[in-house]
Amino acid sequence: MNGCDEVATAPAGPPQPLEWKFSQVFGERTAGEEVQEVDIISAIEFDKTGDHLATGDRGGRVVLFERTDTKDHGASRRDLERMDYPINRHPEFRYKTEFQSHEPEFDYLKSLEIEEKINKIRWCQTANGAQFLLSTNDKTIKFWKVQEKKLKKISEMNLDPPKAVGNGSMACSSNSNSPIPCLANGGSPDRSYNYLDNDFSFPPGGLPSLRLPVVTSQETNLVARCRRVYAHAHDYHINSISNNSDGETFISADDLRINLWNLEISNQSFNIVDVKPANMEDLTEVITSAEFHPTHCNMLAYSSSKGSIRLIDLRQSALCDSHAKLFEEPEPTGSRSFFTEIIASISDIKFAKDGRYILSRDYMTLKLWDINMDSGPVATFQVHEYLRPKLCDLYENDSIFDKFECCLSGDGLRVATGSYSNLFRVFGCSPGSTEATTLEASKNPMRRHVQTPSRPSRSLSSITRVVRRGAETSGVDANGNAFDFTTKLLHLAWHPTENSIACAAANSLYMYYA
Amino acid sequence: MAMIDEPLYPIAVLIDELKNEDIQLRLNSIRKLSTIARALGEERTRKELIPFLSENNDDDDEVLLAMAEELGVFIPYVGGVEYANVLLPPLETLCIVEETCVRDKAVESLCRVGAQMREQDLVEFFIPMLKRLAAGEWFTARVSSCGLFHIAYPSAPEALKTELRTIYSQLCQDDMPMVRRSAATNLGKFAATIEGPHLKVDIMPMFNDLTQDDQDSVRLLAVEGCAALGKLLEPQDCVAHILPVIVSFSQDKSWRVRYMVANQLYELCEAVGPEPTRSDLVPAYVRLLRDNEAEVRIAAAGKVTKFCRILNSELAIQNILPCVKELSTDSSQHVRSALASVIMGMAPILGKDATIEQLLPIFLSLLKDEFPDVRLNIISKLDQVNQVIGIDLLSQSLLPAIVELAEDRHWRVRLAIIEYIPLLASQLGVGFFDDKLGALCMQWLKDKVYSIRDAAANNVKRLAEEFGPEWALQHIVPQVLDMINNPHYLYRMTILQAISLLAPVMGAEITCSNLLPVVINASKDRVPNIKFNVAKVLQSLIPIVDQSVVEKTIRPCLVELSEDPDVDVRFFAAQALQSSDQLTMMSS
Repeated sequence: MNGCDEVATAPAGPPQPLEWKFSQVFGERTAGEEVQEVDIISAIEFDKTGDHLATGDRGGRVVLFERTDTKDHGASRRDLERMDYPINRHPEFRYKTEFQSHEPEFDYLKSLEIEEKINKIRWCQTANGAQFLLSTNDKTIKFWKVQEKKLKKISEMNLDPPKAVGNGSMACSSNSNSPIPCLANGGSPDRSYNYLDNDFSFPPGGLPSLRLPVVTSQETNLVARCRRVYAHAHDYHINSISNNSDGETFISADDLRINLWNLEISNQSFNIVDVKPANMEDLTEVITSAEFHPTHCNMLAYSSSKGSIRLIDLRQSALCDSHAKLFEEPEPTGSRSFFTEIIASISDIKFAKDGRYILSRDYMTLKLWDINMDSGPVATFQVHEYLRPKLCDLYENDSIFDKFECCLSGDGLRVATGSYSNLFRVFGCSPGSTEATTLEASKNPMRRHVQTPSRPSRSLSSITRVVRRGAETSGVDANGNAFDFTTKLLHLAWHPTENSIACAAANSLYMYYA
Repeated sequence: MAMIDEPLYPIAVLIDELKNEDIQLRLNSIRKLSTIARALGEERTRKELIPFLSENNDDDDEVLLAMAEELGVFIPYVGGVEYANVLLPPLETLCIVEETCVRDKAVESLCRVGAQMREQDLVEFFIPMLKRLAAGEWFTARVSSCGLFHIAYPSAPEALKTELRTIYSQLCQDDMPMVRRSAATNLGKFAATIEGPHLKVDIMPMFNDLTQDDQDSVRLLAVEGCAALGKLLEPQDCVAHILPVIVSFSQDKSWRVRYMVANQLYELCEAVGPEPTRSDLVPAYVRLLRDNEAEVRIAAAGKVTKFCRILNSELAIQNILPCVKELSTDSSQHVRSALASVIMGMAPILGKDATIEQLLPIFLSLLKDEFPDVRLNIISKLDQVNQVIGIDLLSQSLLPAIVELAEDRHWRVRLAIIEYIPLLASQLGVGFFDDKLGALCMQWLKDKVYSIRDAAANNVKRLAEEFGPEWALQHIVPQVLDMINNPHYLYRMTILQAISLLAPVMGAEITCSNLLPVVINASKDRVPNIKFNVAKVLQSLIPIVDQSVVEKTIRPCLVELSEDPDVDVRFFAAQALQSSDQLTMMSS
């Protein structure tokens, strides 16, 4: 909210381009250090408040970070401080905890290895001071609860604490001449309980010699517990999960189907979209990403490998194979090539916070769609136009199939996405904005800064506001280095309320603010 | 270290285990909480055990659930109702935990405790707790609070009552859909405790808010509220306030809401009364029967009979029957299946003429449906039609349907029809059965699927029960016994099983003369599995037949089997011999 307020008071007209500064890095690589495959980050997600950040990696781990700069203050105090020092503060995070979310598995029926790699993480509603999140690999979604637990230390007991920690039986009750055998940790043989039947009468005042255990130590530690496992519902690889605004359901999407789950019920889900053709040879299009509308519980959007976005209305019918709206860019005439269809494939879609706009990322561009206008995107941003001549090489080394994510700022004024050489780009998407910044995921993000004051080549129609800009011409960066296709910045997330971006470069998590 | 007398040892263990590392042991202790309380005495339970439990709120959910349950019946252990309020703090903390089932149980227990509390205690302790929960920081507390108002409200003084109503109305507008859902779920219960005037002034606006909620899941629950509130309101108010809501719900944009209306329709009709039902709900129901969404039609089709029962036959024939006709050829097999399972019930409502003229063609088309579930659903309710139109009319189309189902590719379908055979037999009578179905019953004994053979053997027994041993001896036994010579041992085994099932029904005489020789013969089988099954069957025959037969025929056979080279055969033979010894001993 705070972020929005600031914007609301800003004068009309495009906001000034942001000056991005390095904030933090986690898991920075030292010179010459080999990156372990399992450490490569594969998912990043802020929670709704922006006070928590989660990353998932190829090793199936989920790492949680918490914001430190606001942590100790109440909300009102936070607001006061904000008014006093509006500029000095930016989100800072610290490592909170991590846990192993998924393990590698083998599906014996299908002779299929299931990687532990975390494909997506989604935060759920915080309750009672505990954090909840969903994490998924290719097949299985898990619901986690992360909570501070008191470390129990029992100081007073009725009986001697077990002398031996183990399973051996031992003798307790040191004053007794005929010790009753009991299991370690206090479990006693059944017969001892016999006279705990209701017939056994206790003296009316109770037995004074008995006392309750006393817990002394009040230290706490964070415990992550898997509360539910939603499995066996996907034949293909899960590419997205998304929570509904009703707080009780979520969807999971694989290449051909989208399923609807209730968070509390893990043994059944409902198939709501199925694009699998009767004959797999007729398959021309797969689902690449899906997301619920942020406020309308009945709407969800999914993108396809053909570059279209479909909006479906869960109210219309139980099976939503027919879409309510289809967003597609009219095919440019004449310029079809072998790669046209491949690069049209949408790798990620995100709703803006207000739910009116959808941001999509395909291989070469970011597109912003207004859900009230299905004739074409309202804005198109070229991410790395200089690669166009190299599509053949990119196809050869499979890079063309890289799935870049995209994100919107909380105020909806800017969008960001990743590229190669650990670069990412931020574009202003408010009307009239020419902001197009290139940053490098390093401690010096502006190192490769090539802020070509690019003039947007506007389309004639001012209504559609199609913007093409930031097109850099050379395949070589400002420093004259050739671009590196192996270091790609696929995953990034924008803080929900402030101008702060978290992005993953291999195993390192870089955070920037403006 | 404490010193404990030996007799107290188990209880001491139990108490210590409240904090054990092992969750099973903690659970065990919590389940015996009443024992611990009795051992501590009422005063120490209040002063020590309850505060101890209140702090124990970060345990595993299973333990918390058990604790919530135990505390609901804990009043006797804290010293009776005058001390009931001490139970509120631990239950209050349980009302806030994240796990829904724990919270629900805690609310349930709080209601139990609250229902027994004295009025002044409710005002002094329960209502403040309720207000704390309703104003809770986390939505979990607010969700729980909704379920407690109906306990607190009746005891509250006037000013507090006003406040409680205000709080509830805030909960109905909470930011969190979870809270609004809980408010919608509990609105009926709360409304039932509210005085007439306030019901209209305060509750109806809340209800109206909920019926217009953006979240489908909230509106869904408000549908149930229609029925609950409708019963509380005066008839004219109900028509004025509830009926329009039902009608608009029946045309809601969301199919899930319409589905709820279809499912709840009967209760809704009851709430608004017969006259408005006829004028307003019949059109609404007809719309639901013709809904675009198959799920809604399924729900609506399943209520056809229940709904028609409220109407007179004329209205039903005029309005509902045309829809039923359409539904019988619906594109969704599940709709047809739902219709098939209830349509039989319409016959008595429509009367014989309308049934034969209008309903019978629908029955018959459903009996020929390509989807086996539809056919099965018709057949399972056959007794109801039979009463109205008689078997002669039906049998022509019935038999082909049965035969087709009996030979269905899916064994589960075959299994289902076998289970209806005894019902069919009783409806059709001996004569019809002999001609047509007898052969089928024998055929199932030779099915490729074990479950079918198993069910078929059972079916043979049930037929014998239905038509009596005399009939069975003529029509079943010879055919069954014939099959003992089947070359495949698995089929021979089925026959042995059928024999053991038939024997008690047939009685001692027939068993000795017809069944026993076959079994004895089978003891010479070359397959050990048959032989040890013979031993098992013989064991089951021992109590049925005469002692002399046991001595003369069964025991020698078993003795022989007990010397068989196969270890399993020896085992079961020995077991049978042993049980025969025991029987002899008991009878002597």
